[in-house]
Amino acid sequence: MNRLQYVYFIGLFVPMLLLAACQPAAGDAEEDQPSESTGQDADNGQLIIYSGRSESLVQPIIDQFAEATGIDVQVRYGSTMEMAGVLLEEGANSPADVFYAQDPGGLGALQSAGMLAPLPDDLLDKVPSRFVSTAGDWVGMSGRARTVVYNVDALSDPESELPQDIFDFVDPQWDGRIGWAPTNGSFQAMVTAMRTTWGDDKTSEWLQGIQANNPVVYPNNTPIVAGTAAGEVDVGFVNHYYLHRFLAEEGEDFPARNYFLPGGGPGSLIMVSGAGVLQSAENAENAEKFLSFLLSVPGQQYFASQTFEYPVIEGVAIAGGLPELEALDAVAIDIQPAELADIQGTQDLLLELGIID
Amino acid sequence: MEISSRQAIIRPRFLRKRFPRASTRRRPQSRLLYWLFLAACGTVVALILTVPLYLIMRMVGSGREAAQLLVKASTLQILNNTILLAAAVTAAAILIALPVAWLTTRTDLPGRRIWTILSALPLVLPSYVAAYLFATILAPKGMVQQFLEPLTGLERMPSLVGFPGAFMVLTFITYPYILLTTRAALQRMDPAMVEAARSLGSSPWQAFRRVTFPALRPAIIAGSILVTLYVLRDFGAVTMWQYSTFTRVIYNRYLSYRLDTAAALAFTVVVVTVIILFIEFQARGSMRYDRLSSGAVRPQRKVALGHWKWPALFFLGVLITVTLILPLTGLSVWLWRGLSQDSSILFSSVENSSFELFIQITAAAWNSLSVSLIAAILLAFIALPISILVVRYPSRLTHLFERVTHLSYALPGLVVALALVFFGIQYTQSLYQSTPMLLAAYLVLFIPQAVGSQRVAMMQISPRLEEAGRSLGKRPWTVFRRITFPLMRPGILAGAALVFLTCMKELPATLILSPMGFSTLATQIWANINEAFFARAALPTLLLLLLSSLPLAVLTLREK
Repeated sequence: MNRLQYVYFIGLFVPMLLLAACQPAAGDAEEDQPSESTGQDADNGQLIIYSGRSESLVQPIIDQFAEATGIDVQVRYGSTMEMAGVLLEEGANSPADVFYAQDPGGLGALQSAGMLAPLPDDLLDKVPSRFVSTAGDWVGMSGRARTVVYNVDALSDPESELPQDIFDFVDPQWDGRIGWAPTNGSFQAMVTAMRTTWGDDKTSEWLQGIQANNPVVYPNNTPIVAGTAAGEVDVGFVNHYYLHRFLAEEGEDFPARNYFLPGGGPGSLIMVSGAGVLQSAENAENAEKFLSFLLSVPGQQYFASQTFEYPVIEGVAIAGGLPELEALDAVAIDIQPAELADIQGTQDLLLELGIID
Repeated sequence: MEISSRQAIIRPRFLRKRFPRASTRRRPQSRLLYWLFLAACGTVVALILTVPLYLIMRMVGSGREAAQLLVKASTLQILNNTILLAAAVTAAAILIALPVAWLTTRTDLPGRRIWTILSALPLVLPSYVAAYLFATILAPKGMVQQFLEPLTGLERMPSLVGFPGAFMVLTFITYPYILLTTRAALQRMDPAMVEAARSLGSSPWQAFRRVTFPALRPAIIAGSILVTLYVLRDFGAVTMWQYSTFTRVIYNRYLSYRLDTAAALAFTVVVVTVIILFIEFQARGSMRYDRLSSGAVRPQRKVALGHWKWPALFFLGVLITVTLILPLTGLSVWLWRGLSQDSSILFSSVENSSFELFIQITAAAWNSLSVSLIAAILLAFIALPISILVVRYPSRLTHLFERVTHLSYALPGLVVALALVFFGIQYTQSLYQSTPMLLAAYLVLFIPQAVGSQRVAMMQISPRLEEAGRSLGKRPWTVFRRITFPLMRPGILAGAALVFLTCMKELPATLILSPMGFSTLATQIWANINEAFFARAALPTLLLLLLSSLPLAVLTLREK
């Protein structure tokens, strides 16, 4: 009995230990197997991406890039905040070549730390200047719009019942009917846009007005969409593409839809995901190839058709049911990405008003 | 005052134990062993202390801002919230875990083994996932409301946002800590003690109150400290339910990339932890828990429940339904709903085949399983010298070592991971983001779980038994292998099980410190839930529960 247990123990765990020991460390991969299985890959070098965008969104397009170029691409996934935090701690020793972020905030933090390398002009020129960092060290990859999700049963005639501008939700008729997520990064980006377009005073007025309407507080966008559909609230302030996930999983009779505020303004802010190349990148050339691939027509088509995001270059069709990008910023809020990166000021305001803690 | 009275009790015990070791041959060998053990513990402690060191280094950078933050009134409120939540969850977890532990070890309850496995499983749900599932299911108009409305006309579930939701979810996923440590202690307890109490005229309840409960105290305390510190570190549940504890505030600081301020707040958590650990140390008391009688522990005689088995089964049934079946049903509904819309919904893009999905999930499952098992075994070995030292050679130093192992346990995984990044990238670059590095992170994060249960097991072993072995001319190693280890085994296994289960669900350190491209079930679940791909999240979650239950099943089936 006892001996049998030892046999089990050895038989089970020793192979496991060996297997784990054989897991290559971050940089070892090419040293261990020099061009054995993938002869041409080794020639095309390596690329290490830290991605704050999740695997389920971007792995397919990264696979396409690896296939097209023969580059050995390795990706570390986490939240944008986690990956930026790690990069800040790693500093110049970081193994990463590219930081691919969900929002400008993380890129801004790296920029302030002087960790992003300037990008070549031909890359920056592909994208309208409002989606590029002013310092030219990161570039937007795809856009998400802020929007208002509403319950189709509660609001049967959204055009007449919903306001033109997000500011008008301070009206008491919206008491108890609004869902929001003040701790969410995208929400805070919208408030940052409000501060730059409206100024701090009007933004405070809006925040306090919504607060007075007893909004239902959600942790992030997804439960707002679910809660709106279930009738917990009538409207919610969200990013546009979460609705499309629900429509895909639950079908067209999912009782919520997006309402793009016709007045434009911060309520329909376009936020970009973006990417930059690290100053310390060992594979800077491959990194620029990657950025350029994402900004190519097939790359942008992937975002438009698979993730329901807005392409950032001209000439790529957007997914059905979405308003044109131009229509969204009819009011042309001219916000530089650098301004959106100032989340700290927004957090301070939200803290001061007691909306977050 | 209390300290001195403590020492007064400890000292004679300490001397008493030393006395037999005065015999000629043993001394030098045990000395060597003692110093070896001490060195091993010192290494572990040094590794763990890198985390507070990192926090201090960061804090210095933040200067005035951190200081201002700490004296703000809202910080006091946050402290208050944190302590309230930790205390409430711990109390509730004890109330749930004790009866379950007793029913599954000491009674003739039908299906004891199944109940044992099922009741430990909620531990494996990542708090982020559990909180999300419960938030969705119990939303004012969530699944439960939709199920109840036709039956009862309930139009809106009461909102659980804030304390109630956080309290509920954290209790559900942490009570197994106390359950596992207490079960191990119950198995090791000598039935003669209760029998003696009964023969002296105690009622069964009196026997429980006067004998069983005090004997279980170290196990309950060891489990409770894990629960309390888990509540301090958790941010999944408090973020989802919007309840402001330290971790949530720390997390918000990270979201605006104020690493220094976040470190200052995290250091406050370390200070709070030190206070909690001190209180726990006092609560341990100085009772001895080993058996003084001679002879081996007899197999326990099971209490016949009779008609009481129905309420007992009802209690366990409700518990499992709420903590396990409810979230599983939610997941299954997601999966079914997604698949009935479009069977290709499980794939991240059209080109993906079901074979690729299979490969991806299998690889993630294998990674989860292998790294968690290795961590469980490794940590069990590393914890052994610590738990042996602190019980057999109690001194200020060994107690300090044992306490320090708990220090980083109350910190969010992200903080620990960043600390290891900070030092790892500078001093151990060749190991950076490799499996050994990940295991080091698991060590810093989870070693208290192994130490806690082993220490309790060690306390139940009489040093006389080991001395008898030595006096019969056996070497210390033989004595350990033939006497100490077999007697400690339930405690070692319980600790290893805890480490295994928590490694299975660990997220931030795995994301940050694992080798490139190393995905686990937990990271897969996170990636999909985060992006609202619920149907895709369901499969890895179900697999996580299934795979976690396997080692538990093996452990439980071995019980006599």
